[in-house]
Amino acid sequence: MLTSTVSEDLGAALADRVRDAAARKAPLKIVGGNTKAFYGRRTQGQTLDVSGHRGIIAYEPSELVITTRAGTPLADIELLLAEHGQRLAFEPLAIGEASTIGGVVASGLAGSRRAFAGAVRDCILGVTVLDGCGRRLRFGGTVFKNVAGFDAFRLMAGAMGRLGVLLDISLRLTPAPRAARFLAFEIDWAQAQTRLTALLRRALPLSGAVHDGERLHLRLEGGQTAVAEAAADLGGDAGPPGVWEDLRHMRHDLLAAPRLWRLSVPHTSAIDRLEGRWLMNWAGAERWLVCDAPADQIRTAAREAAGHATLFRGALDGDEVFEPLEPDLMALHQRLAAALDPAGVLNPGRMYEGL
Amino acid sequence: MLDRFDPKLDPTFAETNRARLIARLKAVLPADGLLATAEAMRVYESDGLAAYRGLPGLVALPRTAEEARLTLAACHELDVPLVARGAGTGLSGGALPFPGCVLLSLSRLNHILSIDPYARTARVQPGVFNLAISEAAAPHDLFYAPDPSSQVACSIGGNVAENAGGVHCLKYGLTVHNITALEVMTMDGRRLQIGGQALDSPGFDLMALMTGSEGLLGVITEVTVRLLPRPIHARALLAAFAEVRCGGEAVAAIIGAGIIPAGLEMMDHLALVAAETYAHAGYPTDAQAILLCELDGSEADIAAELESVAEICRSAGATEVRLARDEAERLRFWAGRKGAFPAMGRIAPDYYCIDGTIPRRRLPDVLEAIGGLSASHGLPVANVFHAGDGNLHPLILYDAHKPGEMDRAEVLGGAILELCVAVGGTITGEHGVGREKINQMCAQFSTDEIEAFAAIKSAFDDKGLLNPGKAVPTLARCAEFGAMHVHKGAVPFAHLDRL
Repeated sequence: MLTSTVSEDLGAALADRVRDAAARKAPLKIVGGNTKAFYGRRTQGQTLDVSGHRGIIAYEPSELVITTRAGTPLADIELLLAEHGQRLAFEPLAIGEASTIGGVVASGLAGSRRAFAGAVRDCILGVTVLDGCGRRLRFGGTVFKNVAGFDAFRLMAGAMGRLGVLLDISLRLTPAPRAARFLAFEIDWAQAQTRLTALLRRALPLSGAVHDGERLHLRLEGGQTAVAEAAADLGGDAGPPGVWEDLRHMRHDLLAAPRLWRLSVPHTSAIDRLEGRWLMNWAGAERWLVCDAPADQIRTAAREAAGHATLFRGALDGDEVFEPLEPDLMALHQRLAAALDPAGVLNPGRMYEGL
Repeated sequence: MLDRFDPKLDPTFAETNRARLIARLKAVLPADGLLATAEAMRVYESDGLAAYRGLPGLVALPRTAEEARLTLAACHELDVPLVARGAGTGLSGGALPFPGCVLLSLSRLNHILSIDPYARTARVQPGVFNLAISEAAAPHDLFYAPDPSSQVACSIGGNVAENAGGVHCLKYGLTVHNITALEVMTMDGRRLQIGGQALDSPGFDLMALMTGSEGLLGVITEVTVRLLPRPIHARALLAAFAEVRCGGEAVAAIIGAGIIPAGLEMMDHLALVAAETYAHAGYPTDAQAILLCELDGSEADIAAELESVAEICRSAGATEVRLARDEAERLRFWAGRKGAFPAMGRIAPDYYCIDGTIPRRRLPDVLEAIGGLSASHGLPVANVFHAGDGNLHPLILYDAHKPGEMDRAEVLGGAILELCVAVGGTITGEHGVGREKINQMCAQFSTDEIEAFAAIKSAFDDKGLLNPGKAVPTLARCAEFGAMHVHKGAVPFAHLDRL
């Protein structure tokens, strides 16, 4: 039984709350399934619970589009899509059972398929949000090709609720693949990186590439023949399929560490100076690290590798979570937030101090 | 016509001291980098939407990103509006000069800076032609996926500004999905590095916001694009239909069957006959519509999927299904489609290309409604579609020398766009709002939404100097042209379900 059959439009009530908060300049803390409270800086504010604003608004499989309210549980959406042989290309990170689609979009966190099939923002076709004045704004729409107005809808992905309270989201869908194979290779990361760099230059049906510290796991998804031919070509052993579900639900033991760093770097980068336990996902473009080194040292190493580091979990009061922005860029972020939230009530401080 | 800016409905700026502006710009531009005579500036008076014309105040031709930055800073200081221009192939008047503006042409920034086949990226200047990137990447068996019809002549900076699509974007995405970093100069002369070499970057996703912002937020001076491995095999199929409606139904059925073609294009009778006469693609000229479907990937998978597509087309009533026998025939199929626009020049003195998107399943209804509008406005319409993603390009045929025909074409175009909005679509799929669709923005967006766009623009460009009068209408303009035109209490297209 889908809980999404519970369908309720709380848009008007939520708008009242935002208007009231704006009038009093009283910060709000937007909460969906409350599964990612650990993510981002610690903030104060009255809770704005959007989890009751739920339900599928429209789903037309032949259009490859679903429109849902932001509080709809991700699990319900995925179950419905699976029944129709479709899915979300970016493989959402499902951190807890209560995880909502709004939280997925606001955090912009994608799973193993991201390196091969695009990011959360690449799947967003349109959103309805409440701005910081409680006005209901619709950006984008339900069609893939749409260049009317600024792409404020894609901007909502990863904005941590700072630019609007997500009410409704239209997402582009992908047909589920006809075939899948899982391979494992007993090689270290250095060997794996060389191998992956070569593989990424070929047209292969890769949909996952992770090195867990001991072995390289590859996932192939696509047409029957393409997958079979690639598997025969790549060799290796049959890999455990469970690896991918564990990654997606952050159940891998390294990912459960109380203080966890996430480094986003070019997959070709070498990072030699940080001692710790690593898990390389996205063919090496996303690197998870458990490490006691000071934050500055980790951020510097990520910058030198042409990327950035996020203190994904374990930030204490006052810790910065995301890579600091250049002053001009930070000023632009502040002006942009002020443009959509003049009173500064939507999750202020969740991304950066002073934003 | 909309190429005349209206002080009551469009932004206005104080008169500038021209001598002072020229002196300031001469100081930052190369000796041949500033054009000031009407004769020299004539080639910049319009872009690909040639019906709209206007001379700029001056034309600046920087050779470097730094010269572009200094040009912006000078204009900011003197409160002079500025319009950026790439190759000038845009179809919505986005590079139409604003009266008295400095037109900043990025065409001299035309170098491919580096290609990294291991990271699968290319760093290029904004004036590099779209196709030149794929050509430079070809020795590495890589390519740049977005391929607008104008790809031999359009530049990557303009592609980013417009979020250009192409015939293969159903599978490979739009420009926004295929770029990783931008260097942007703001109106006040600051250099911003947006995005990066990693798959994401800290802070807001400004890459997404900049892409498709039509020169209103900043000037792009460098682009890093993502390159993809070239598919091993590609095959194409042509299906002919005796009724356009059947072709539309086949499109929905193909996507519904879980097949994502690399390209899925449709042309109606008028368009396919013109294209055939022009390109000799081998199209069946007795058909009312043809569908072109290209699949790429592994050979056996393509063969199986092509068989499914052929079966779907036959079930939908195709009168003929033809597989391209070889690479030469496949390329010929596409040559006809890519030549569809120039082919129109052979059958009408002028054509006006419309660019709406609709939900795929509404295709048959919308085609019928366009036929009705064509008849009631007394102008023929040829239809070319990126059918896979519901992006329509109705081509309105007219003769600019006949009094009133251009105005009628403009009115008919507006009516078609409002039809697209009415069925849940959008006024522009890939050509941009530019100047052309500035009034229809008021049909698609509420006053609050227009205000939000204006606020976003102000966060980047506090004086509103960048590309004024384009893409985001003033509230005064929306008050004048209102939400959907309601005539005598009747909503347009009342017989269509609304979304």
